[in-house]
Amino acid sequence: MDLFSKFDDLIAERAAVLGNGGADPFELVMDEVVSATEAVVDGRPIILAGTYNYMGMTFDPDVIAAGHDALDRFGSGTTGSRVLNGTYAGHKLLEQRLADFYGTAHAMVFSTGYQANLGICSTLAGKGDYILLDADCHASIYDGCAMGSADIVRFRHNNAEDLARRLRRLPAEAGKLVVLEGVYSMLGDRAPLADLVRVAKDAGAMVLVDEAHAMGFIGERGRGVTEAEGVEDQVDFIVGTFSKSVGTVGGYCVSNHPKFEVLRLVCRPYMFTASLPPSVVATAAESIRLIQTRGADKRQQLWDNSRRLHGALSAAGFQLGTERPESAIIAVVLPDLETAIAMWQALLDAGVYVNVARPPATPFGMVLLRCSLCAAHRPDQIDAIVAAFLHAAEAAKLDLSGTRRADAAE
Amino acid sequence: MSDPTPTSPDTPAAPPTADEIYRRICALIEPFNKKGVAVTPQTTFAGDLDLDSLNVMDLVAAIEDEFDIILPINRLPDLETVQQVADEVASILKG
Ligand SMILES: Cc1ncc(COP(=O)(O)O)c(C=O)c1O
Repeated sequence: MDLFSKFDDLIAERAAVLGNGGADPFELVMDEVVSATEAVVDGRPIILAGTYNYMGMTFDPDVIAAGHDALDRFGSGTTGSRVLNGTYAGHKLLEQRLADFYGTAHAMVFSTGYQANLGICSTLAGKGDYILLDADCHASIYDGCAMGSADIVRFRHNNAEDLARRLRRLPAEAGKLVVLEGVYSMLGDRAPLADLVRVAKDAGAMVLVDEAHAMGFIGERGRGVTEAEGVEDQVDFIVGTFSKSVGTVGGYCVSNHPKFEVLRLVCRPYMFTASLPPSVVATAAESIRLIQTRGADKRQQLWDNSRRLHGALSAAGFQLGTERPESAIIAVVLPDLETAIAMWQALLDAGVYVNVARPPATPFGMVLLRCSLCAAHRPDQIDAIVAAFLHAAEAAKLDLSGTRRADAAE
Repeated sequence: MSDPTPTSPDTPAAPPTADEIYRRICALIEPFNKKGVAVTPQTTFAGDLDLDSLNVMDLVAAIEDEFDIILPINRLPDLETVQQVADEVASILKG
């Protein structure tokens, strides 16, 4: 028995979808990256509109200088776990920067955001405890739940009443953790955190919010939807990543819980992996400092970009993930994978890179072409993205008339 | 929200019988039964009904709300057939 037989359907589906000989959305190679918004693929320039590089920090001169300096002074890697030889001065400084950024007592840095969720979800809730997670939570949260021994209860997406109903069914004395996200990455929609957090707190639950797609951008100081909704004092844990607004790699959890530091001794995805290299740590720390001190203009630009793209695509008749722009993610909903891949290829030919998203990552079995915008996108680049979408819709024979009529009737 | 009384007046005095639980679960399955499979106690969710992981979770939510229970998703791997789910629901209702 070949252990790979279980993947035969997937292999056949990919072969069928890619039968036209076009590029594979899941195996694209960026030959050169010119800036936060431009790359070179197959010798041709492309606009990057699917990178999560929200604040455009990847080529910031101060960030790069900080990375160079740390590379020169501390070497290429730590070759060790945070709990052995892998905690350098830079790691502690980065944790201090995070604590400053959020105004929390504690911050813990992981090697990725995936591991932060894996570690926190699997460690905080144990046998006899309950985790209640939003149905649309990221794979890293589901995997963290699967790794631990708590009972896992899923509630309907962004539905405070559904959460309340499920909380009421649990034993009053049991430990409960409610896990939410600020911005959901598939459709770019925001959580009604004020309602959800109130329901969780009324039931005596602790609350964790993953702000991966909101940090840097949303909230007056860029702390996320938690800040924008005014519930910072009620959210027990915020998880985030350095792989989006911060522009490098790594993950974190911040908290005011007085016993938070014990997690460093019990959280396996923190302990049993090597710490981030000094250069990455230094770029993250500098990037967070810059977001904190100079983020306001970028947030304004990013909102302008988000509104411009959302407005133009919906006026053109595309069905979008949200009725109004709620974040820097603008998702175009498509009827099937074939159309999505044909359009993705036509977009690339027209010089624009976006993400393909498909089930099971997407809710309701939706197939999406997802744009994530950058503060550094210029208005003419946004217009070029819109023009490429129109060209791609025509190439893939996507019917835009139905939605346009619906819009006109509003 | 702030109403502290745990039981609603229309809570039935007697728990549903095994047969009733089975029939109510079958009714909940119908909207997910796209292929029109004739459902029996031995029908499997992944195999016979061809439900993907998202359908399964939506069905779980429907079952939870129908019986006002919690059916943690980490217990699902052991529940492959309709009868196994009905038995699990019965055992949860017994407390
Ligand atoms: C909501 C959410 N949480 C966590 C992660 C994981 O982040 P990282 O790339 O740092 O592993 C992601 C990114 O894919 C995400 O979208």
